[in-house]
Amino acid sequence: MATPTLEVRNLRTHFFTRGGVVKAVDDVSFSIQRGKVLGLVGESGSGKTVTGFSILGLVDAPGRIVGGQILFQGRDLVTMSESEMRDLRGNRIAMIFQDPMMTLNPVLRVDTQMIETVLAHKKVSREEARQRARDTLGMVGIPSPDERLKSYPHQFSGGMRQRVAIAIALLHEPDLIVADEPTTALDVTIQGQILAEVQKLASTTGTALLWITHDLSVVAGLADDVAVMYAGRIVEHGAVSEVLDTPLHPYTYGLIGSVPSRNKRGEPLRQIPGMTPSLLNLPPGCAFRTRCPRAAEVCMAEPEIRELAPGRDVRCFRPMSEAAEQAA
Amino acid sequence: MSAAMATQTHGIDDGSPMVELRGISRRFEKKLDFAGRIAKRLGANIREEVVHAVDNVDLTIRKGEVVGLVGESGCGKSTLGRIVAGILPPSEGRILRDGIDLLNRNSADSREMKLRTQMIFQDPYASLNPRMKVADIVGEAPLVHGITTRGGYDAYVDEQMRRAGLDPAFKRRYPHQFSGGQRQRIGIARALAVKPDFIVCDEAVAALDVSIQAQILNLFIRLRSELDLTYLFISHDLGVVEHISDRVVIMYLGRVVEEAPSETVFANPNHPYTKSLLASVPRIESRKRAFAVVKGEIPSPLNPPPGCHFHPRCPHAMERCRVEKPELKVVAPGQRSACHLNDAA
Ligand SMILES: Nc1ncnc2c1ncn2[C@@H]1O[C@H](COP(=O)(O)OP(=O)(O)OP(=O)(O)O)[C@@H](O)[C@H]1O
Ligand SMILES: Nc1ncnc2c1ncn2[C@@H]1O[C@H](COP(=O)(O)OP(=O)(O)O)[C@@H](O)[C@H]1O
Ligand code: SF4
Ligand code: SF4
Ligand SMILES: [Mg+2]
Ligand SMILES: [Mg+2]
Repeated sequence: MATPTLEVRNLRTHFFTRGGVVKAVDDVSFSIQRGKVLGLVGESGSGKTVTGFSILGLVDAPGRIVGGQILFQGRDLVTMSESEMRDLRGNRIAMIFQDPMMTLNPVLRVDTQMIETVLAHKKVSREEARQRARDTLGMVGIPSPDERLKSYPHQFSGGMRQRVAIAIALLHEPDLIVADEPTTALDVTIQGQILAEVQKLASTTGTALLWITHDLSVVAGLADDVAVMYAGRIVEHGAVSEVLDTPLHPYTYGLIGSVPSRNKRGEPLRQIPGMTPSLLNLPPGCAFRTRCPRAAEVCMAEPEIRELAPGRDVRCFRPMSEAAEQAA
Repeated sequence: MSAAMATQTHGIDDGSPMVELRGISRRFEKKLDFAGRIAKRLGANIREEVVHAVDNVDLTIRKGEVVGLVGESGCGKSTLGRIVAGILPPSEGRILRDGIDLLNRNSADSREMKLRTQMIFQDPYASLNPRMKVADIVGEAPLVHGITTRGGYDAYVDEQMRRAGLDPAFKRRYPHQFSGGQRQRIGIARALAVKPDFIVCDEAVAALDVSIQAQILNLFIRLRSELDLTYLFISHDLGVVEHISDRVVIMYLGRVVEEAPSETVFANPNHPYTKSLLASVPRIESRKRAFAVVKGEIPSPLNPPPGCHFHPRCPHAMERCRVEKPELKVVAPGQRSACHLNDAA
């Protein structure tokens, strides 16, 4: 297989807080090929954002990458100098945040911001840069981009603002986009429009996408592969259709089961008991143990992630399929 | 309602109306800023802008029902919810609670009525006093209103907490010491402690993680049958609404565009906006599909399009839609829709 656009190997990002060491990302591995979309799902606090920030080199004190490699087209970002990293960021690698104002400058007109972004990495004339900005706004579905370019961010609706932020991420046709819940705050019709654009983008430009979300339904429609995070670790990883149709990890299984459309109307939903543990206070052994209906003696040890079937990685001693087999 | 639940329980589910809204509207005036006032004084042609947050809504909620209210941001769901709960007066229209005019009654009466309707919000943290212990958050109102006594207070609070799935051992704690899901339980315990029969939930599970959301939805479902509650369930999440509601009301820019039993709305929607909305919802069952796309932005409620509000985005818009407002009309048993297409046939 060709060198993946992104390959994360055994990444560990920890925060050294007064309360103790928060292992926000602890032994996370995955890879994304050109033109493919990987959905990274998990509940709040599971480490999704920190994973994205680690890739972009945006983790600040008290946090630090304490182990692993992040290979971008084969080069390790972890050991790269800050100036090399800055050059990649906003050029070959872009990030889209949940809040578009993380990208946009409220006091600058959109055209100024976009043109400067183009000029920062490309030796082109101002007019060519404006042309590029215009085309990109059109590409993300902003009507009459010429007029819109002259506006300030606050003159846009939330959905429009997010589209401008996405357009900025696309300016250089990056090879990798890390998108952290970019449609979570948007209305469904606007989300639908943006997801359609993004899908087109990945398939036509070969951009690899890491799409972070807590919404399994978005992943179902958008991604090729999915990685499920729980308490700083990937607990299950594989092709979307396989993971969503036959989840092997009890957490994934429970999560999918609790989605309302997977339940009979008006009846109680299947639910995972308990709540997400604090990362400062994880139970020993498998972190899901205290909520897991399949927990047994063996789960007092820490499960390693293992390949149960080709392309299916699961971090569990007693995965679901074995249950089915035992029952059969 | 799931047929199972309908037959299972409700003694008071006799179909008589709990709340009736008649021609309810609510306008908000957006005051001019300083520059605007100066310009106006100098003769510029600007006016205070008026938002029609809710525009001439008729709605009946029957005893024992769960009515889902859906629509995109700014369409007037929360405003309508607050009017129904009696905490925001409408600009126009009448509200009947158990057949009695809510806006036209003496204050003692309406205070009792207010207690009987409680509201639960998206962000429980914002609605819980951070300096009060959970016991007092839950117990204060029932004590003031004589629902419990000093002597029975502790036992009463324990009971309320337990019913909402909270351990009474935590009653001396403060809201910040709880997780999001537990805080929502505190909000629920507080609301139920004054013995309401009608609950307005405004995005009550929107801020919660999927696994916690399922727990809280289950709590709502259980409490409904235990306490014979009626709900107005406001949510932008169609999956949640489909699951919990007997009937669904869809709003667009201040107006109700469709109303029907839950099964009908999801299996056989009538209004083009409802259809677009359903097509845009990502579903866990779908795989690598082209996302259906509704064109265009949601227009500003300050300046809604004339005629049918949906016409700039509607694939079926006709000349008439640009000038004439469609009325809500019965299109099938229990189903009403506001679209001119229904006249064409
Ligand atoms: N107190 C107020 N003053 C001025 N305008 C208001 C006020 N409350 C609501 N509005 C306006 O009325 C319209 C409807 O608002 P409302 O909060 O009811 O919408 P909503 O459907 O609940 O939206 P969301 O899904 O974002 O919660 C919006 O345009 C809003 O800006
Ligand atoms: N600056 C920080 N200092 C300390 N802990 C942090 C910091 N940023 C994130 N964390 C912790 O890392 C964990 C993962 O966070 P995050 O990646 O934001 O989760 P997600 O995006 O999945 O909701 C959480 O427990 C969070 O509290
Ligand atoms: S390792 Fe054990 S406790 Fe952990 S998920 Fe698997 S069965 Fe459950
Ligand atoms: S009235 Fe006209 S514009 Fe409005 S929904 Fe019906 S067809 Fe579309
Ligand atoms: Mg996050
Ligand atoms: Mg609202």
